[in-house]
Amino acid sequence: MSSTTNSPTHHTSTIGAIGAPSRRNTELALLVFAVAIPVFAYANVGLAINDQVPSGLLSYGLGLGLLAGVGHLAVRKFAPYADPLLLPLATLLNGLGLVVIWRLDQSKLLQSIKQAGTAAPRQLLYTALGIALFVAVLIFLKDHRVLQRYTYISMVGALFLLLLPLVPGLGQNIYGAKIWISVAGFSIQPGEFAKIVLAIFFAGYLMVKRDALALASRRFMGLYLPRGRDLGPIIVVWMISILILVFETDLGTSLLFFGMFVIMLYVATERTSWIVFGLLMSAAGAVGVASFEPHVQQRVQAWLDPMKEYTLSQQGVIGHSEQAMQALWAFGSGGTLGSGLGQGHSDLIRFAANSDFILATFGEELGLAGIMAILLIYGLIVERGVRTALAARDPFGKLLAIGLSGAFALQVFVVAGGVMGLIPLTGMTMPFLAYGGSSVIANWALVGILIRISDTARRPAPTPASNPDAEMTQVVRPS
Amino acid sequence: MNKPLRRIAIFCGLLVLTLLVRDNWLQYAKADSLASDSKNRRVTIARYSTPRGDIVVDGEPVTGSAKTSKSGLNDLEYKRTYVNGPMWAPVTGYASQAFGANQLENLEDGILTGNDDRLFFRNTLDMITGKQTKGGNVVTTLDAAAQSAAYNGLKKQGAKGAVVALEPSTGKILALASYPSYDPSVFAGNSNDDAEAWKKLQKKYDPDDPMLNRALRETYPPGSTFKVVTASAALENGLYGDADSKTDSPLPWIMPGTSTPLNNEGNIPCKDATMREALRVSCNSVFGKIGADLGQDKMREEAEKFGFNAEQFTPVRSSASVFSKDLNASQTALSSIGQFNTAATPLQMAMVASAIANDGKLMKPYMIDQLQSSNLDQVSKTEPEELSRPLSPKNAQILQSMMETVVKEGTGTNAQIDGVTVGGKTGTAQHGVENSENPYAWFISYAKVGDNSSPVAVAVVIEDENAHRDDISGGGLAAPIAKKVMQAVINAKK
Repeated sequence: MSSTTNSPTHHTSTIGAIGAPSRRNTELALLVFAVAIPVFAYANVGLAINDQVPSGLLSYGLGLGLLAGVGHLAVRKFAPYADPLLLPLATLLNGLGLVVIWRLDQSKLLQSIKQAGTAAPRQLLYTALGIALFVAVLIFLKDHRVLQRYTYISMVGALFLLLLPLVPGLGQNIYGAKIWISVAGFSIQPGEFAKIVLAIFFAGYLMVKRDALALASRRFMGLYLPRGRDLGPIIVVWMISILILVFETDLGTSLLFFGMFVIMLYVATERTSWIVFGLLMSAAGAVGVASFEPHVQQRVQAWLDPMKEYTLSQQGVIGHSEQAMQALWAFGSGGTLGSGLGQGHSDLIRFAANSDFILATFGEELGLAGIMAILLIYGLIVERGVRTALAARDPFGKLLAIGLSGAFALQVFVVAGGVMGLIPLTGMTMPFLAYGGSSVIANWALVGILIRISDTARRPAPTPASNPDAEMTQVVRPS
Repeated sequence: MNKPLRRIAIFCGLLVLTLLVRDNWLQYAKADSLASDSKNRRVTIARYSTPRGDIVVDGEPVTGSAKTSKSGLNDLEYKRTYVNGPMWAPVTGYASQAFGANQLENLEDGILTGNDDRLFFRNTLDMITGKQTKGGNVVTTLDAAAQSAAYNGLKKQGAKGAVVALEPSTGKILALASYPSYDPSVFAGNSNDDAEAWKKLQKKYDPDDPMLNRALRETYPPGSTFKVVTASAALENGLYGDADSKTDSPLPWIMPGTSTPLNNEGNIPCKDATMREALRVSCNSVFGKIGADLGQDKMREEAEKFGFNAEQFTPVRSSASVFSKDLNASQTALSSIGQFNTAATPLQMAMVASAIANDGKLMKPYMIDQLQSSNLDQVSKTEPEELSRPLSPKNAQILQSMMETVVKEGTGTNAQIDGVTVGGKTGTAQHGVENSENPYAWFISYAKVGDNSSPVAVAVVIEDENAHRDDISGGGLAAPIAKKVMQAVINAKK
């Protein structure tokens, strides 16, 4: 990128985009790999477990290929200048996730406790729905700035989604965390969708308020302290996060929303003080809630001493889980190169082995090498999102792109960190890899929005006259 | 807005980097300790994923492996089987899917499962050629005929007891029997039946404690058999120069510092008896006084040269036999006739007999001759190792002639074998408060063949709570078993 300040002429921030090739053929070539790798992995699992190429290989390969092809054609038609990496990366993760979900379906242990068996076909269906939503986003969202109109509706929508699991009769309490609702036999995690809707609200809100938040401040000990009344919004979001933590007892969701808000606030105002405030408030909130909420305390105990937690669960003490220790053993047993697909014993994790803990299966069967590759793919998706934010020409697009990417990064960190014992466990899922309809569908929508913003950003710059709207929404500030 | 965006990009990069570092710590630095954690189920799964190697005696396996039914949720493919389990259990130990492994099954688990580093090359070759990995074998030093004689001898008596036989020149364990015993195959799997069988064998439910390895893990007061240790101390310390000169032994002998005489069993000629005579008729007064005259330090030093006060690793660990510290003169006297706190494992007393038979040189007892890979290539071989020299060759020969007198015309006549020179010593040790319980019958012996070398030394102990006290004596109950074991070894050599 060429500019370090927000220049009044948009061209300097997107010099690379002028006359840029659309890169659609690059995307297609990458997609071929993104489909071929999971197909080989699928064959590998079948050979390892049953000594034969799985009978579903052709339909699986065609299915994934078809979905990727539809996604690609939609991008080619409706977002020709979009980032070429996002779609192949998401497809690769989604495909590998399907393979490992299918692999865990073969586990008799998981079948016997109804944790797997028919998860892979359902996940394929969810993937199809996800791609459908992805295509719908590209078709109907011609310009991401349209979303700006729905700022306050988004706020109401997000709060509604977040509160849904608390509605009696609708919400489900699964292993202590209340982040699911049950509709017609399907479990839905509204938080996954709330993540996107909330990002739209934050982007719209901050775009309008950022000057007030940024400029009206006092300097104190090298930090710009905001005025008391400008603290309002961050305190409201903080309180909502705390309430989520208290009532839904999910540290991850709470951390995710608050973290996303702090990131967007920082980007909008360029004030480091918000980061400091954000860290202090989340630390205070987490410690405060942990002091009286037994479920959170137990998660922290399990994190500090997973072996003790395992022993307690083996002794049959209610409320303790062997999962954390089993996941660590799975990672350790995988070692550097892993046991090979289909040859590990990660089904010992039992509950949620193919959703929250799916990374442990990757760790055991693909080893350190596989996990590093997967983490780097996630890193690439995030950095492509950040690059989209950098390239976007409008502040709303920038804020929305960084909000979504930041939330994605935080989610990956919170889930992977939890499974690997770096931080306490939370009840969220690895985007694209884990079994779960809400997660897959919502994340495809997220990638759809990022692709839309990147298309707008990389599209050859229109002459100012041809796009007066964009001109009017620019705020020109002295740098 | 681009400056904070770049910083957020770096922040997100740091998040991923943190995860990468954590993963390296988990899957590289800590990988081995997590992967080999005994609570990690994968360790058990690996142990039973291939046919387990065998424990071999005289070229024949005494163990086996059978496919388990893969029905239901059983994730373990093979289970252990045993040939004549109760007889060999004190040697093999057990390997159970549900209850882990012990003794050789545990100590050589790496070889038996084929996961030992020393088999790495072989395993890699198997992987490349597509052969199934199979565990290696543990070849023991045991002698099937001797073991059978030992176990069946104990079984015929029907009394609790143990037998250990050693090859004096090498320290090879030839027999290691314990009775009552258990069949490790009944709980080798992980079904409910296995759990039930395991429960029944625990001491809580079976007062006979069949899973106790009496040959290695139980210590008994050695009684009169300990007198050969006391005689060794007398010879080594120059208290008496030979077997046939009179000792300074008044009768009755009052223990120093007390007014109590140390009594003999019955009216036997112990006054100023020679050591040969005293050993032949088993005089408490003579050997008690020798112990008191030498003092506790010299007695303990000699006992420790024979292996007392130390655990032995065969490589299966034995309990340490005991000759106490801080004794007064009368306690030393009692300890020197194998009473008071003195206690010995059957292995220990076999070591005593073996060292005497081997002209004073004590060899380290061992039961693994060699380890083999699955295609019978030798992975390692145990070389005989000298443990100590409790006696000079001259003194050892003096003691041999004394022990041979015991068998020829003393308390050990039941151990006589035609055409073979046998030396031995009986023992009847009292135990229980005020000697209320039935005594233990001991017999230790060795046999010598033509060229004056000794192929076998044996220790037998029998604890019989049902028999009447008077009926028990080392010569009556234990010597016939020792004789059978010695005969078995000698016949096998012919």
